[in-house]
Amino acid sequence: MAAFPYASPIEKGWRYLHRLICGMVILFLIGPILTVLPLSFNSIPFFAYPMQGFTLRWYQEFFLAERWQTGLHNSVFIAISVTLLSTILGTLAALGLSRPHFPCRAAVTSILISPMIVPVIITAVAVYFFYADVGLLNSYIGLILAHTTLATPFVVITVTATLIGFDHSLTRAAAGLGAPPITVFYKITLPLIFPGMISGALLAFLTSFDEVVVALFVAGPEQRTLPKVMFAGVREYLSPTIIAAATVLIVFSIAMLAAIELLRRRSERLRGIRNN
Amino acid sequence: MVTMAVQVAGNAEVHIPLRINLQRVEARRKLRAFALAVPLLLFILITFIFPIARMMFDAVHDNTLLKLMPQTAAALSAWDGKDLPSEGAYAALAADLKHAWAQKTAGAIGKRINFELPGAASQVASSSREANALSTGPYKAALIEINPLWAQPEVWAVLKRGGSSYTPSYLLRSVDYQYGPDSQIVALPTDSAIFRDVFLRTFGISIGVTAITLLLGFPLAYLLATLPSRVSNLLMMLVVLPFWTSLLVRTTAWVVLLQSNGVVNDVLMTLHIISQPAELIFNRVGTIVAMTHIQLPLTLLPIYSVMKTISPNYVRAARSLGAGPFYGFWKVYFPQTIPGIAAGCLLTFILCLGYYLTPALVGGPSDQMIAYFIARYTNEELNWGMASALGAILLTATLLLYYVYNKLVGVDQLKMG
Repeated sequence: MAAFPYASPIEKGWRYLHRLICGMVILFLIGPILTVLPLSFNSIPFFAYPMQGFTLRWYQEFFLAERWQTGLHNSVFIAISVTLLSTILGTLAALGLSRPHFPCRAAVTSILISPMIVPVIITAVAVYFFYADVGLLNSYIGLILAHTTLATPFVVITVTATLIGFDHSLTRAAAGLGAPPITVFYKITLPLIFPGMISGALLAFLTSFDEVVVALFVAGPEQRTLPKVMFAGVREYLSPTIIAAATVLIVFSIAMLAAIELLRRRSERLRGIRNN
Repeated sequence: MVTMAVQVAGNAEVHIPLRINLQRVEARRKLRAFALAVPLLLFILITFIFPIARMMFDAVHDNTLLKLMPQTAAALSAWDGKDLPSEGAYAALAADLKHAWAQKTAGAIGKRINFELPGAASQVASSSREANALSTGPYKAALIEINPLWAQPEVWAVLKRGGSSYTPSYLLRSVDYQYGPDSQIVALPTDSAIFRDVFLRTFGISIGVTAITLLLGFPLAYLLATLPSRVSNLLMMLVVLPFWTSLLVRTTAWVVLLQSNGVVNDVLMTLHIISQPAELIFNRVGTIVAMTHIQLPLTLLPIYSVMKTISPNYVRAARSLGAGPFYGFWKVYFPQTIPGIAAGCLLTFILCLGYYLTPALVGGPSDQMIAYFIARYTNEELNWGMASALGAILLTATLLLYYVYNKLVGVDQLKMG
């Protein structure tokens, strides 16, 4: 809003009040994280300022203690498996969905997206009952399948988004020039949807990597993931190592999401779609 | 295209009309598009839709008694439920109890009866053990001698209702009703009626959080939408940054901040606002603060995106026609933001209904929402019927609200387009 030179004093007062309120809301949004993260460098295990000194011992504990390392390894292993599985399934489905001839598109889309909509506690409990019957409780495969269910909607959405405005005459032209379907896919379709696939894959990775509620229900002690270790820590004994772990998670997710944003912009630029 | 041409040429002698041929090609294309989505569709149907459908089914389906006490169920099918049943039913009961003792299923039977008749579990188990020693009838006197439980009409009413695989008991209990002694539906006694409170609390917390996020989010969205884009992009990053960090991390941050010797209490005491640490965590205050923090970007972003589409010319026109700044804002600008407000608030409200993690970590025992009780009945009380019933209610509410959301946002998008 451009400052009107003819604004009355009351209006100016309101404008400053508005800015003040907004400043406080932004402080409320960003403050907690910015306040808590530095405490992971505090040399004494208390969560208060002023800090007594700088130390990396909580990070040392995070990267060396067996409990945290097992969690980290499990999380990475599970998240990578989930990423592979959900990227393949999600990309195929998105390719089908964005063809002009797809039957019952609305119904199928809402089924494929439904894991995003259902409250996660319902998913966790329903999958827990199901796994109890089929014997998948406390297994890696069970947790990977459950996380894949939660992660695929992100892949479907991001890949479908890159296919909006996809010019189907490109694939037809390639086919008309004699390219077999596989070649058409690798030479024409894949390069165009690749940014969306990578974004979807990163989101799928993060979904699994950050997920805790389903893991609490269906994973056993052997599949302790990083968020599970953190959750237990917050419940039982709050140590600065938890904040160190949180810091690592935040840095990690910000790096990934920044990559996704860059990819999205690049893809839009490449396809000639402009904002506004 | 190539295949189509070949098809038409190949079938030319049989004189298949072009229309049918085109239909066939169309159908084949549909099939090919659908085939690509089939793997994921099957995957979601098996690992997600089927388990959830089964959970919904389990909310009204329970054949424990029918399966474990088949003879009693059969003997009671003709019982009118007025007086105690006849010797035949007791004989069937004795046979079932003996069988249960041999199969070690008395515990499961006891648990099921205990759900409707609290305190019955141990009596069923001991009756089963003692019934095993009975060799001949008459069983009626003998069983009542073993345990006076079997002289109560209530337990027979439970057993008779157990003859059906379907029971509304769990759903009734979820809304604080139960079967009375004569199989009529009565309200639970007030000391054990907890779910009405839980549902009200879930709604109350969700509405409170939604209202606060709107109050905080609206001014900020307005600022972001009206500032020059260079500044607003920077501020937007500050809004989206917490949105990018995981729920668990943000909840953990609040646990650290709100502790009695945490940063918030420190600051408040340094500023002499309070003289001793306030109780900020494990109560309603902590729950609402943490949930508001998590939901704020989700309420704000839809409002922001609607505000971005509102042309400043409308307010300028209003001002030039003589409207004061507040009148102009209220009559011209605000009504145009309502679709965004509705979308943001509804989304936040829906998401709040299912909160589990944050209340579990930041709230106290009296701040737990419906999701906590679903988890508790699953993990601690091992009463899956109750967990399913509460889950079915939460899921139905969520899906209905999403339907409304979809209608609303869909209509808005049409308008904006």
